[in-house]
Amino acid sequence: MEVFWNATVEAVKLLFGGDAGTYEIIALSLRVSGLSLLLAMLIGIPVGYLIGSRRFSGRGLIIALVNTGMGLPPVVVGLVVYILISRSGPLADAHLAIFSEVMPRLLYTVPAMVIAQVIISTPLVTGVTLAAVGSVPAELRLQARSLGASGVQEAFLTLKEARWGVMAAVAAGFGGIISEVGAVNMVGGNIEGKTRVMTTAIQLETGQGNFGLALGLGIILIGISFVIMNGFTRAQQSGGRYER
Amino acid sequence: MIDRLRGTAVWRFVAVLLAFALVFSLAACATEEEPIDEPVAEEEPVETTDLILASTTSTQDSGLFDVLIPAFEEAHPEYKVNVIAKGTGEALELGQNKDADVLLVHAKAKEEAFVADGYGTERRDVMYNDFIIVGPAADPAGIKGTSTAAEALARLSAAGGTFVSRGDESGTHTAEKNLWTKAAITPAGDWYVSAGKGMGDCLTMASEMGGYTLTDRATYLNMEDALELEIVVEGDTALFNQYGVIPVTDATNMEGAQAFAEWITSDEGQAIIAGYGVEEFGQPLFFPNAE
Repeated sequence: MEVFWNATVEAVKLLFGGDAGTYEIIALSLRVSGLSLLLAMLIGIPVGYLIGSRRFSGRGLIIALVNTGMGLPPVVVGLVVYILISRSGPLADAHLAIFSEVMPRLLYTVPAMVIAQVIISTPLVTGVTLAAVGSVPAELRLQARSLGASGVQEAFLTLKEARWGVMAAVAAGFGGIISEVGAVNMVGGNIEGKTRVMTTAIQLETGQGNFGLALGLGIILIGISFVIMNGFTRAQQSGGRYER
Repeated sequence: MIDRLRGTAVWRFVAVLLAFALVFSLAACATEEEPIDEPVAEEEPVETTDLILASTTSTQDSGLFDVLIPAFEEAHPEYKVNVIAKGTGEALELGQNKDADVLLVHAKAKEEAFVADGYGTERRDVMYNDFIIVGPAADPAGIKGTSTAAEALARLSAAGGTFVSRGDESGTHTAEKNLWTKAAITPAGDWYVSAGKGMGDCLTMASEMGGYTLTDRATYLNMEDALELEIVVEGDTALFNQYGVIPVTDATNMEGAQAFAEWITSDEGQAIIAGYGVEEFGQPLFFPNAE
């Protein structure tokens, strides 16, 4: 059990030791996953709302597809994104035609990591949102419409009603990407100072046998997740209090 | 109706998230600009270009790059080296797709085929280290002191001792397969564990399972303290592990790739390789042999 104590000491040292490299890795993890989550929410919440609140043919199939997407293996997502953005990949010419000035190479960059993480987290956000929206009684929306609410107002009312579920959707989306290593390693390349994030750093240190350091980083990662999730929950609860 | 929603949970929630995303996006802009500004401000303006070096996990895990890369960047401040550490198979695949500029790998036959197929401009010998077979101190399969590696593996399989294989088409895995071919054995069965992992992970696995594995000396020496493994076979010429450098044909940064290949085979680069490990382990980990 000594190893866990040592790792905790290591975590504290890393967190307060003022090592710029460690802070850079932590900041990059949050940046990549934070931005990915935001994009996943912008896509997943509206799409989840539409699927959850509308009745149309083929709905069951689409829900099954979304649910399958919730279990996408990150390493496969990474591999597919890699193949697409590789210099020899199908998108290479199109990419160069448009972005040659700004960013001649997409592979091994932060945007590549964000693309992969958006693909992983969007189905998570969509799937949980649609389940939450689906459980809101249809009468509520009918009533809102009959009182003259617009489509947008109806959507906000429904999402407000399903807020706990929507929060769970965002938490699921965040949890799915802050912890994944397969995709960011594949398309990011774990380059020191550029694309190294907490999970790839943990993998690297584990591979070199530095278990204490790896576990220390792991403790920090879990701690950060806790702080963020707790922040979400608090914001939600304080909102609930004002309502009454 | 929208008015009533303002200040409620959903809005607060969205606001928190937006603030969160905004802060990190701004942080992104701030930190990404720094590396561009710094060198311009401090020294005479040097335009740096990225150089992608695809190499192997065992080379990275050995710690050699920590001294080699800074020395190269000092000699050639116009290049910034980005190391991508993969298995040799994946590194060669990255080169074939032109997603790396220069390769430093160790699977000579595959490397020569890579250049012959036109994916690399040339291949130069850089250095070698040697493979060793490590196993538990008690040596349950009784292979300690065997004169050749092939004979040791033959005895190991006869005794059914656990053997952890990289199983990842890496240079080390290729070397291991060559040894099995030499011993005229097709390794299969419960005793043969194909891990599909990097060198460090395989050493840990062998240590935990009380098994044997083939490793490069550098990674083993680096991790020795964390392992319950000893060297059981060493010194056979079949355990020779040659590294080669290959600039990728038509790479994004061809000048950089060429400069790296020339520098690492120059007297300066070779001297750094020869000196690495002497201080920490009392012996060099790699032996330079560029022509």
